[in-house]
Amino acid sequence: MRDIGLLSVVIWLPILGGIVTLAIGDLRAQLARCVALLTSLLTLAACVPLYLRFANGTASFQFIERLEWIPALHAQYYLGVDGISLPLILLTAFMTVPVIIAGWSVVEKRPAQYFAAFLIMEGLMIGVFAAMDSLLFYFFWEAMLIPMFVIIGIWGGPRRVYATLKFFLYTFLGSVLMLVALIWLYLKAGNYSIEAMQQLPLTLAEQRWLFLALLVAFAVKVPMFPVHTWLPDAHVEAPTGGSVILAAIMLKMGGYGLLRFSLPMTPDASRELDWLIVSLSLIAIVYIAFVALVQQDMKKLIAYSSIAHMGFVTMGAFLVFFIVAATGSTKGAVNGLDGAVVQMISHGLISGALFLCIGVLYDRMHTREISAYGGVINVMPKFAAFMVLFALANSGLPGTSGFVGEFLVILASFKASFWFALLAATILVLGAAYNLWLVKRVIFGPVANDKVAALQDLNAREFLVLGVLALSVLALGMWPAPMLNMMEASVQHLLQQAVTSKIPLALP
Amino acid sequence: MIAGLTTVSWPAVPEVWLAFSACLILMLDVYGGDKRRGLTATATMLALLIGVLLTSSFGMVLQHSVLFNGLYVADGLGTFLKLAGFVAMATAIFYSQDYLEQRGMLGGEYYVLCLTGLLGVFVLISANSLLTVYLGIELLSLSLYALVAFDRDSGIAAEAAIKYFVLGAIASGALLYGMSMLYGMTGTLDLDTLGTIVRHGPDGGMIIGIAFVVAAIAFKFGAVPFHMWVPDVYQGAPTSVALYIATVSNLGSFALIARLLSYGLAGLPEVWTQMLMAVAVLSLLLGNVVAIAQTNLKRLLGYSAIANAGFVLLGFSTGASVGYQAALNFTIAYVLTTLASFGMIIMLSRSGFEHDEIADFKGLSTRDPLLAALMLVLMFSTAGVPPFIGFWAKLWIIQALLTTGHVWLAVFAVVISVVGAFYYLRVVWYMYFEGAGDRPVAERRPRMRLILLLNTLTVAALGLLPNALLDICQRLFP
Repeated sequence: MRDIGLLSVVIWLPILGGIVTLAIGDLRAQLARCVALLTSLLTLAACVPLYLRFANGTASFQFIERLEWIPALHAQYYLGVDGISLPLILLTAFMTVPVIIAGWSVVEKRPAQYFAAFLIMEGLMIGVFAAMDSLLFYFFWEAMLIPMFVIIGIWGGPRRVYATLKFFLYTFLGSVLMLVALIWLYLKAGNYSIEAMQQLPLTLAEQRWLFLALLVAFAVKVPMFPVHTWLPDAHVEAPTGGSVILAAIMLKMGGYGLLRFSLPMTPDASRELDWLIVSLSLIAIVYIAFVALVQQDMKKLIAYSSIAHMGFVTMGAFLVFFIVAATGSTKGAVNGLDGAVVQMISHGLISGALFLCIGVLYDRMHTREISAYGGVINVMPKFAAFMVLFALANSGLPGTSGFVGEFLVILASFKASFWFALLAATILVLGAAYNLWLVKRVIFGPVANDKVAALQDLNAREFLVLGVLALSVLALGMWPAPMLNMMEASVQHLLQQAVTSKIPLALP
Repeated sequence: MIAGLTTVSWPAVPEVWLAFSACLILMLDVYGGDKRRGLTATATMLALLIGVLLTSSFGMVLQHSVLFNGLYVADGLGTFLKLAGFVAMATAIFYSQDYLEQRGMLGGEYYVLCLTGLLGVFVLISANSLLTVYLGIELLSLSLYALVAFDRDSGIAAEAAIKYFVLGAIASGALLYGMSMLYGMTGTLDLDTLGTIVRHGPDGGMIIGIAFVVAAIAFKFGAVPFHMWVPDVYQGAPTSVALYIATVSNLGSFALIARLLSYGLAGLPEVWTQMLMAVAVLSLLLGNVVAIAQTNLKRLLGYSAIANAGFVLLGFSTGASVGYQAALNFTIAYVLTTLASFGMIIMLSRSGFEHDEIADFKGLSTRDPLLAALMLVLMFSTAGVPPFIGFWAKLWIIQALLTTGHVWLAVFAVVISVVGAFYYLRVVWYMYFEGAGDRPVAERRPRMRLILLLNTLTVAALGLLPNALLDICQRLFP
């Protein structure tokens, strides 16, 4: 069997499945659910050969598909994966399944449309990670806003319209500036291929503008301080599945963009403006962690903790330049990039799992106020075990995947500067504080009220979903080697790109 | 291939056929219209179909060929626009039939006026002389004035028609005045000759003449500061007429600017590009910002038309063929999408209920999931979100601006289109996020549903695979 077409399958299969689900309609909801689940499982199954046949140890792109798409604009249907994008694709396919199972019986309002929206979004998100042509990338990147807009707007909470409009307009504003930057690069490079753009020599002034234009798009998506305000609103109002996808995958697109576009395309501007990213990241880590501490709403707390954890991703990526400046070699710098990628995957699993846990509580109690809970462990022991595990993983407990990414980034920041490391390490304290305090108030203690006393423990469906996630969090935490091996070559290559100047030599 | 085509081609066949069939249908209506309802409409559709066939088999002129003592030009652009005009007109009539029938506006004059208006558009498309341009624009405008007032019992339609007529007359005057100055300076009405003379450089009189011409063009497009008529006419005119103005007449506006500026005055870009730029920026700003406050969808589409005119003019303001290509692509995309948007309003309306308030769309997704999904596609396309045609339209305009070095204009255009996205999103919000209340379920109308579906699928298909249209546009403005 040839490799050709595998990426197309994982992009278009869920989209087609989504359209079929949509066509089945809300009246035959059970059939729609089954088709949706089947599609997501098939997509996950299609990812298995992708993983097995991926060759570690090379930075070149694999599973390449290259077809003419828009010759008039020199844009191609060009797909490929490397060690940075493959984990994210696997994560996307992996996380969509629990989302669909979690919504199985809970979503009663227009179920077919609900599942269809998630499937279509899955395909579009995989498209973002697989696109090797920047116009194709932008195409998927923007198209994804439509299903998310609808998901928050239809199945969201009381302030859903406000939240979804804010989400859409924020990200749209960021993206259009990226579009200008991409077209500008196209006019210079002659085509939209990402590789061509990465190799294009650019003066520092050009790079600076491009870097800022791209940064707006990625920073909104990550989200970085101070353009993070849409995220708590979107999370709080979104349905459980929407929050999971938002936290687990959509935020990663911002981080991915920084690694795939900003660092390799504008390395000199990245070096020049690294202080900007690192300081914004540190603000996100320290300040937002404090903000998370005082939240009354569980989802908002996890949303703020996501911002803080994504700060590790952006910081890990841009510590490279500080480390090179401090130590004079690129040897230590790879930890930061490794940490950034691992943190993305790990946070995808953990935050997704935490939102699912909150969803479990919300489905029973219809409130997310922390004060409405207490002593859940007495009535839901199985659930409590999972919730505590994920909360601890979220605070970076060794043995869970949360530890690996944070450890690598903190390790890298020590090489850059003691003060960075000190500030970054506060997350270990603050993260533990807000996570454990959350657990203390919600899970432990005496049963708070009659409603909590009447809670039912996890059913088999919920147990399965959380169990699989718990296993993967632990597996990645105890044995991260397969993933690190997969990324190794691509991260090294990225590091080379990031530290190699693209400024053309001055003409004599 | 091309040579073979030209030997059998009669370049003026579309116009000749249209003029002939308009007269024929007028007579048909006089003698048979009252006896058989729908006869005139069917005959008009037939005439348009024959028009497409005649044009594609005998009128496919691809090279620049000038006829009738230099008054008339036929070329690839003209052929393409005429075919687009036939198709847009046929779709518009298809959408309008039920609407007219339900409101008792069955007079055959409606169809005849539509055809003469289309003839005006065709004359504009083929104009190679200032005189022909004026002829075309008047033929189109006079038909439109009458069409806007076609619903005799409607107060706001009459108000809209008067406003349109008075302002239109002033604009025609301005155009004529500008043309007379150009004639006085150059001694020719012929656009080809004018093109060669103006290459010697501008002088004061010529600049003033061009300013008047640009003002008239801006009026026809509904661009700021000559936009006053647009919202009132879009809202006041019968929906089917608003549909006509937004689509068929818009092709005429495109032809007007393409013939006058990018052909006739191509030698003096430094004079008119800056005028267009100012007009375009103002249109984008006003159209997008004021549209936010609208509650009536037709009026909103009017402001959106102003904003979209800004995009087309931005394309022309580059003064380069890449910009003209982008503007042509934008116009086609806009016509396709707007046809379906207005078609949707007509589809949902019924006698006594216009369904043109945005609030009327509340809960459409529960009342009629298919129509809501189609409207969602149309709104996101107009907002410029992929994977729909509107995205490529905007993308290419921005690319044209960047190619010609107008980085800040490009940034302005994308940022203002984010503002614009808000009011399209509001329609989606009302359809999907709000309850239906006691609003009635849409009528079935299976044939119209099918055409709307096909129209919207075209919007989506050309969004997924945009190359065909982009390629045609590139060839027409080499």
